[in-house]
Amino acid sequence: MSEPQGSHGVGQTGRQDQGQGDRSYYGRPVLNPPVWEEREIAGYLFTGGLAGASSILAAAADAGGAAGLVRPARLCASAAISVSFVALIKDLGRPERFLNMLRVFKPTSPMSVGTWILSAYAPLNFAASASTLTGRAPRAGAVAGAGAGLLGSAVATYTAVLVADTAVPTWHEAHRELPFLFAGSAASAAGGFGLLAAARAENGPARTMAVLGAVGELAAMRTLRQRLGPLAETLDTGPAGRRLRAAERLSVAGVIGAALLGRRSRVAAALAGGALMSASALTRFGIFAAGMASAEDPHWTVDLQRARIAAAATAAQPSPAPNPASPAPVRSA
Amino acid sequence: MSVPDATEIPRMGFFTDTSVCIGCKACEVACKEWNGVPEDGLVWTGHSHDNSQGLSADTWRHVAFIEQRATVGHHQPNLQRTGASDGDTDQAFRWLMASDVCKHCTHAACLDVCPTGAIFRSEFGTVVVQADVCNGCGYCVPACPYGVIDKRPDDGRVFKCTLCYDRLQVGQEPACAKACPTDSIQFGVLDDLRERATLRVERLHADGVTEARLYGHDPSDGVGGDGAFFLLLDEPEVYGLPPAPVVTTADLPAMWRHSALAAAGLLLIGLLSAAGARR
Repeated sequence: MSEPQGSHGVGQTGRQDQGQGDRSYYGRPVLNPPVWEEREIAGYLFTGGLAGASSILAAAADAGGAAGLVRPARLCASAAISVSFVALIKDLGRPERFLNMLRVFKPTSPMSVGTWILSAYAPLNFAASASTLTGRAPRAGAVAGAGAGLLGSAVATYTAVLVADTAVPTWHEAHRELPFLFAGSAASAAGGFGLLAAARAENGPARTMAVLGAVGELAAMRTLRQRLGPLAETLDTGPAGRRLRAAERLSVAGVIGAALLGRRSRVAAALAGGALMSASALTRFGIFAAGMASAEDPHWTVDLQRARIAAAATAAQPSPAPNPASPAPVRSA
Repeated sequence: MSVPDATEIPRMGFFTDTSVCIGCKACEVACKEWNGVPEDGLVWTGHSHDNSQGLSADTWRHVAFIEQRATVGHHQPNLQRTGASDGDTDQAFRWLMASDVCKHCTHAACLDVCPTGAIFRSEFGTVVVQADVCNGCGYCVPACPYGVIDKRPDDGRVFKCTLCYDRLQVGQEPACAKACPTDSIQFGVLDDLRERATLRVERLHADGVTEARLYGHDPSDGVGGDGAFFLLLDEPEVYGLPPAPVVTTADLPAMWRHSALAAAGLLLIGLLSAAGARR
């Protein structure tokens, strides 16, 4: 006979047991971790953001008179959203049933809301791209492009709600900051693409979007870490830690490059743009990996809920008697 | 076709009293037999007598086994001393066994997030997946705070306990409850089960089993109470259950608000970028 074995995760994460023996069932996850494939879904978080913000960039370039930027931005949006559709459908267990997504509209399901957003967004995007490619109906193309830009803001941010609306500890606890992180990351990627694709004389909107987006991404990540408290460990360790550290370095380099050299040197602009696009992708893959790690370790699920119980008990009575039978690790939120 | 009026049918559920579970796994077998659930991996885990490990697409009832150096109430175990070590703790031993199942939550996250409407609430108040509608998007899997529903890899769709929807429709009790030899698994009208469970806890406390507690019975908890609730003899996490789960969609309005703000911020960046073209 023996006590249940300790969590397999404890040694890796360096956290201690609560001194009350093991508080999990043989270290098995409480949750069933997400079954989404990393390449398809983390990849979609990136391509969906790139598409949405590229539509905004195209509309901004159109309105601002940077004609040379409109075409690559529109085409980038269309290509990125096409790749997104392929990834999303491929990740379904029954891809041939993808149209079942359109059976219902459910505000309680971010995936349902997202499906309808994409259904409205993609045709507008394709229309704008077709107008650009054929040179026909430029006014209709501009209207479609403006519509795609408006809806693009939803495409780029709803994905944060998509992953946050789960029981996955890191994603759910990040639900306030994640939309801002994803918005910044999307703008950084689209601005980065614009810096890669447009000539120096016409990359103004891309430069602005890239710098504001990347700064927003860096700031949101900082706020997010504070919010997560101990859970931020899942952002610092394993594949998530490596990806997010690389993302931060590339973002900083990209911002500096774009701001200082983006107007002077075509090569520097392209390098900065590439760095920002890479940073955005690494951010998405990092957040994806951090969520997976938090779902696979039962202690994150249990500790968060124990802390909530303890906080409720503290709120109910000013000086609660400690209960040795139920250790409640209080962690600052 | 005679579809009963949903308002006339009371909410049905399970009360699983783990204090009388003997770990026979008859529930696991009956569930698989009745529902045609495929084999779930013949592995030897070494985790006491547990080889099915947890609820999944192919395990809809799961019996947990936990070996502890503790006594149940004031019972005297008849274990012989085996080593040179002494002290009363040497003889203290208990075996916790518990049959886990889908909780059929009042506020079910899997149902909320399902984008196809494949998951629905039945006329019995249970939560059921329509296999002919599910397209295997997998959203329900990480949404479930209990780790119940899961995707069957070779099939692509998700599966979980239906509370034997087909049996309920013809007035039969679910296969697991029918097969349980000790009535550890009790099926019935949820309100009746809650009353019975309260009496059972009082009785156990009076008998000295002070660690007995109900889990998932409270309609004011984070999931609005479970349609399948439990009597446990230790903290929920010892059985692999979350101590205080909250349905993830409780925060959804806040998520949409933050998302809308972020989208507005993104459009603002777009406006500033347009202005940037003129510089």
